[in-house]
Amino acid sequence: MSVLVLAQHDNRVLNEGTRRAVTAATQLGDSVVVLVAGGGCQAVATQACEMEGVTKVLCADADCFRDQMAENIAQLVAELAPDFSHVIAVGSTFGKNVLPRLGALLDVQPISDVVAIESPDIFVRPIYAGDLLVRVQSQDSIKVLTVRGTAFEAAPSGRPPCALEPLSATFELGLSELVKREISESDFPSLENARVVVSGGKALGSRENFDLIYRLAGKFKGAVGASRSAVDAGYVPNELQVGQTGRMVAPELYIAVGISGAVQHLAGMKDSKVVVAINKDPDAAIFDVADFGLVADLFDVLPELEAQL
Amino acid sequence: MKILVPIKRVVDYNVKVRPSDDGLDVDLANVKMAINPFCEIAVEEAVRIKESRNDCEIIVVTVGPAKASEQLRAALALGADRALLIETDQRLEPLAIAKCLHKVFELEAPELVLLGKQAVDYDNNQTGQILAGLCGIAQGTFCSRIVLSDAGTVEVSREVDDGLEVQRLKLPAVLTTDLRLNEPRYAALAQIMKAKKKPIVVTALADLIPVPSARTKTLGVAIPPARKAGQMVASVQELVEKLKAAGGLA
Ligand SMILES: Cc1cc2nc3c(=O)[nH]c(=O)nc-3n(C[C@H](O)[C@H](O)[C@H](O)COP(=O)(O)OP(=O)(O)OC[C@H]3O[C@@H](n4cnc5c(N)ncnc54)[C@H](O)[C@@H]3O)c2cc1C
Ligand SMILES: Nc1ncnc2c1ncn2[C@@H]1O[C@H](COP(=O)(O)O)[C@@H](O)[C@H]1O
Repeated sequence: MSVLVLAQHDNRVLNEGTRRAVTAATQLGDSVVVLVAGGGCQAVATQACEMEGVTKVLCADADCFRDQMAENIAQLVAELAPDFSHVIAVGSTFGKNVLPRLGALLDVQPISDVVAIESPDIFVRPIYAGDLLVRVQSQDSIKVLTVRGTAFEAAPSGRPPCALEPLSATFELGLSELVKREISESDFPSLENARVVVSGGKALGSRENFDLIYRLAGKFKGAVGASRSAVDAGYVPNELQVGQTGRMVAPELYIAVGISGAVQHLAGMKDSKVVVAINKDPDAAIFDVADFGLVADLFDVLPELEAQL
Repeated sequence: MKILVPIKRVVDYNVKVRPSDDGLDVDLANVKMAINPFCEIAVEEAVRIKESRNDCEIIVVTVGPAKASEQLRAALALGADRALLIETDQRLEPLAIAKCLHKVFELEAPELVLLGKQAVDYDNNQTGQILAGLCGIAQGTFCSRIVLSDAGTVEVSREVDDGLEVQRLKLPAVLTTDLRLNEPRYAALAQIMKAKKKPIVVTALADLIPVPSARTKTLGVAIPPARKAGQMVASVQELVEKLKAAGGLA
């Protein structure tokens, strides 16, 4: 069985999520091929070659793939897919954008957010905001999967590079173009990779007060997350939303501050190793998933916590 | 401009569901149903586009049981002009739903198709992208801003994992909505009354396309293991001590 992993990257650095997809791929096939499609993406191909578990890297380096437009990339993957039993990507906004379109081109029903692989055709995935887990068997000849990054370790680098094969195929469908990216630059690690995540909710009350969360996260060299309500209120940018319809995290330590614990939020963090909840309402649902709960006013205890660390 | 808005009837997002007794499905007996929240955002956006120009027709469509006409009525009350119900009691996968919608796309020839990014029952986040692929047209997923130009293009801002991305897409295009696109209005009573007179055209699934075969088989539905019970601490100092002992401050 041969598995194709579609790499996510910014033409410079291989995304950590792709390393997790590679680990999922190694559970499926003995041959794991990584496709790096981009423009001026040779450095990424080199990084992919050094990943543990990778048999071969294909590199499609062309202008039409530089901006990662789903229309062009899906067409490229569709050309390659018939040689593989599975096509996998991490279930990020990138993977979720491209792989379903690939499903259309291959006439395959994709399977989203796989958290466990039981056999080459049986997969487990959460549904209903993680309230339930479903085991599904795919009857398609090629399986198209996105995997939940938090459920798989990242494949490490450091081994001698595998074979690198350039591809000359290009697909410019002319349907879409990138106008600009507004990437949030920050000194904090990304949510998916951080060892510690400190998240704030509606209770923070303002963008200025969210500084309390940033400072605490800084103490841990961790990442900052938020509930939907905090994002909707404009306290922090949208990409910090943790939950069913935001990002999925599973750090060593998750600290939820002033977050009620709606199922939509829990969906994104309940696989964290240790959960701490700080909330002034003793009946808040977040305490049901917390290893350590502190009933208190966040404005009283956050400065104290910061001082004690 | 014609705008097609596919919507889904789902379990209300406040309801906690359970596996069925045989463990092979989700127990939906007597469960409160509603329009998928992201679809509501899609309807609202279509209505706002209509309000900003004078040449729009909004068609809502759903693939589902007869009762899904309740959700179509709700969308008509929000401002859609007419509705299509592709009736089936089968639960179809996103690929099959997209095939129905592809057929509707060919029949209606809309310039814009607005879907939710995700249905909050099966959390697939697939239908819009599959539809765009079947139609061979542009896709703009996870939109938090949609601006139509006169030049046959649409500019969208997309909520992506590392920020925002702005794309320009050729029309016709498929767009999917994210949470920050808009805040849906409540339908006024007069609108609800008016919606009762708007047409819902019902077509049996098999009269639209050959019924697609299922590609996946559900082997089981289960409740995930619960987290083990935690403990309450009385002070910040106790919290820090407990965390140190648990290795969380290593
Ligand atoms: C379609 C859909 C998708 C959604 N997706 C997501 C998602 O991905 N992620 C997500 O998070 N939510 C999501 N939600 C929203 C979710 O249902 C909740 O509304 C949201 O998580 C609540 O955010 P919150 O806990 O910050 O706010 P609230 O529920 O308002 O809770 C605030 C909490 O702060 C506590 N508090 C108040 N003041 C203080 C104080 N001074 N000190 C300590 N505690 C205090 C209160 O006791 C309360 O528990 C979604 C909803 C829908 C409908
Ligand atoms: N049965 C259906 N009928 C019409 N539209 C649907 C149906 N199922 C899904 N959709 C649309 O596709 C979006 C994404 O759903 P999903 O891919 O299932 O997460 C929904 O928000 C709807 O806009």
